[in-house]
Amino acid sequence: MTDLWPRLEPLLPRVQKPARYIGGEGGAVTPDWAPHKVAWLLGYPDTYEVGLPNQGLQILYEILNERDDAFAERTYAPWVDLEEQLRTHDVPLFSVDTHRPARDFDVLAFNLSAELVYTNLLNCLDLAGLPIHTARRADADPLVAVGGHAAFNPEPVADFVDLVVLGDGEEVVSEITEVVAAWKRAGKPEGSRERLLRDLAVIEGVYVPSLYDVSYDGPHIAEVAPRFADVPEVVEKRTVIDLADWPYPRNQLVPLTEVVHDRLNVEVFRGCTRGCRFCQAGMITRPVRERPAEQVTQMIGDGLRRTGYDEVSLTSLSTADFSGIEEVTGATMSDPVNCGRVSISLPSLRVDAFTVGIAAQVAKARRSGLTFAPEAGSWRLRQVINKLITDDDLEAAVESAYSQGWQRMKLYFLTGLPSEMDDDTEAIAELGKRCVEIGKQHAKGASVTVSLGGFVPKAHTPFQWFGMNGVDELQRKVNLVRAAVRKTRVQIKWHEPAASLAEGLASRGDRRIGAVIERVWRAGGTFQEWTERFDLTRWTDAMAAEGLDLDWYTTRHRHEDEILPWDHLRAGLHRDFLWQDWQDALAGAGLPDCRWTPCYDCGACTEYGVEHVVASPVPPAGGSQGTGQDLVGAGAPVRFLGARPTGAAR
Amino acid sequence: MTAATTIRLRFTKRGKVRFTGHRDVARIWERALRQTGVPIAYTQGFSPRPRLSFGLALPTGDESDGEYLDLLLDEPVDPEPLCEALTAALPDGFEVTAATTIERSTPSLQESVIACTWWFEVRQIERDTAGALARELLEADVLPYTRRRKGREVEVDLRSALGSLVPLGSSERGQAFSVELATKPFSVRPAELIAATHPELELGLSRRTHQWIDGDGARREPIPMPDLVHELAEVRAS
Repeated sequence: MTDLWPRLEPLLPRVQKPARYIGGEGGAVTPDWAPHKVAWLLGYPDTYEVGLPNQGLQILYEILNERDDAFAERTYAPWVDLEEQLRTHDVPLFSVDTHRPARDFDVLAFNLSAELVYTNLLNCLDLAGLPIHTARRADADPLVAVGGHAAFNPEPVADFVDLVVLGDGEEVVSEITEVVAAWKRAGKPEGSRERLLRDLAVIEGVYVPSLYDVSYDGPHIAEVAPRFADVPEVVEKRTVIDLADWPYPRNQLVPLTEVVHDRLNVEVFRGCTRGCRFCQAGMITRPVRERPAEQVTQMIGDGLRRTGYDEVSLTSLSTADFSGIEEVTGATMSDPVNCGRVSISLPSLRVDAFTVGIAAQVAKARRSGLTFAPEAGSWRLRQVINKLITDDDLEAAVESAYSQGWQRMKLYFLTGLPSEMDDDTEAIAELGKRCVEIGKQHAKGASVTVSLGGFVPKAHTPFQWFGMNGVDELQRKVNLVRAAVRKTRVQIKWHEPAASLAEGLASRGDRRIGAVIERVWRAGGTFQEWTERFDLTRWTDAMAAEGLDLDWYTTRHRHEDEILPWDHLRAGLHRDFLWQDWQDALAGAGLPDCRWTPCYDCGACTEYGVEHVVASPVPPAGGSQGTGQDLVGAGAPVRFLGARPTGAAR
Repeated sequence: MTAATTIRLRFTKRGKVRFTGHRDVARIWERALRQTGVPIAYTQGFSPRPRLSFGLALPTGDESDGEYLDLLLDEPVDPEPLCEALTAALPDGFEVTAATTIERSTPSLQESVIACTWWFEVRQIERDTAGALARELLEADVLPYTRRRKGREVEVDLRSALGSLVPLGSSERGQAFSVELATKPFSVRPAELIAATHPELELGLSRRTHQWIDGDGARREPIPMPDLVHELAEVRAS
């Protein structure tokens, strides 16, 4: 086993932010490289600052390091300056924990949180000295695994990865470890790799792309068929039933240099049933599983003492929905150990006054800005996307925030949503201006920043059939909002439409897009999430070279009977549920949150014999709670759909 | 609340952590102080910050045996046990080697440090070259150097900042030297001295070994090093 540190050390004075590469974080381990143990290298194919806080990676790091038959180290994508040094001096990709070469590990497992990192994945494999194509790997080469949200359509990277994990990783990493350990004990013999992959493919939640043949009928997929009888036709995701069994990370990593989300993070629940139709995370992580409030409080207390952080973030897809929110915040703020100096941050704020009230109680310091995500400018369009925030909710939230001392609001919107008309787009500017007016009554310097993201349809959502807006249309909509807020105190920021289009291609691509990703990477297109490194012409050139039509993959609406590249992979959601929800969207009909209404059988619970784990059977208090219903008065402003026989049709 | 007491610490920064920056080190300290429950005073206002003051920033990538930090505390504490407790809370490579209570009126580290002693290595040179290099620099009348500061280029003479320069013989990465460099009117580091005079040479490791303040005309360290005094006494006696 080689320690690459002596070769790396002289290169570090030549690069920016060398502390990214030194490891030594609080909570990091120095594993025992015993020969019988399965060596996992957990990678995040973006910079250290972005990758280190990733909770999924940290959870697996701990679980694997607690096992007797495995251990884990970590790696992140080296920035371009270090990459150049590594290539010049022939130093391979390394782990940050003990600076071992990536190839010394048995499994290289990458978290794919987003699609534009795919070229970085190839770059990491290449820097590791591994053939980027699965087919060219030798029997004893490390296995390349991916997981995370983007892995729910792994087809664009199917040629490069040996196995894909769908869903929660807590249990499945151990099952994979046991199979790999047996292979390692046998000495990874020649000709054993396919057998190993077939053994892995029968683990629930594991998908081995090379064991499936994809055939085409013109541009369309004709069939995706397993090559062997023992390989499942459909791969189901994994779901951890009770978060209370998994109080991880227990030892959150404390980096030595500043990273994003640089604070204690405690996950309060997983899954979301708000049913926002654009939101892949909300669809693929169902059902809702809350962590018991006492456990959250305990994890916060232990974590703050151990790390020395003075800020804790309660993470989830909609933290104000957590049943134990008041109990946990109350206990944490009143803990004398914290001396009143700990602040709690609540990401993904729900848009209503109640939520702001909670935020005001817990943000002791740094009351600088507050972010809300109405996502669409008009109530009509918010019904289409099922983000059921009324204008009253938003105004009450903004009023409450300014009156309690916040000076700046940030509002997130998507443009290019299904059925969006210019009236809807312009309504974004109107909402922004109205918020400024509310703010002026409380603060002289009140300002509002409107952030526009181009909508990218994702797999396993009701919008998976929608043809996204092209670059020109997205830019035109940005310009509409820009023109409407000129000379006002509404500032506007927007995500580069060209990058949204490339993300759209990678999100809903099939296996043919693999060659495109490879071309973009070979042309130097790494770090595509970084505006200064992104250039759409690399993608359009690659599509042209492969004879593929960018519009066909991005702006084309899909048919109901079309085989989608990810149809053999399941997040639990019935396909006919998603199609019906897509039709409801186009009809402008909302769908209530099933935590507090009868089950409409989306499939996430019924398919896996699991249930919501929530402490409270009633919606939390205040406002419409994003249900669109007037929970205090009478009459719902939205047509709610009753239980439908979608599941029964199966 | 007004701070009741000020404690001055000396600490090392060695090994892989030498690649952390000055801001990183400040954050590392803030967390370590909270972990150990030291009653650090906070600034007033909307965003209270712990009241720490560091001396001269150590360049990222350099090691040190002589970093200093002043802590303002809300209540007096016994400084001695702090060394062990804080070392345990800090990442590997940071070791707190001395702690003492100082007068509130003591000038800040920023104001009072006038010079630093450094140990540094030059890669790929022979012993003879090291000796010649030291003589050349010490015998020079001026050592002109162009520094970039806030986007502007400034011509300075490094010779006036150069105190002593002693070759120490072979080390892990080449030939080692000990050098004393002034910090006033501007602070000079070994890398700049070599870049100004022999840009073709590549430096190995640089380590700040001492910082010096002017104490009533006599030069001393911000926290006197008892061990050094002891060693010197032994050397003289032998």
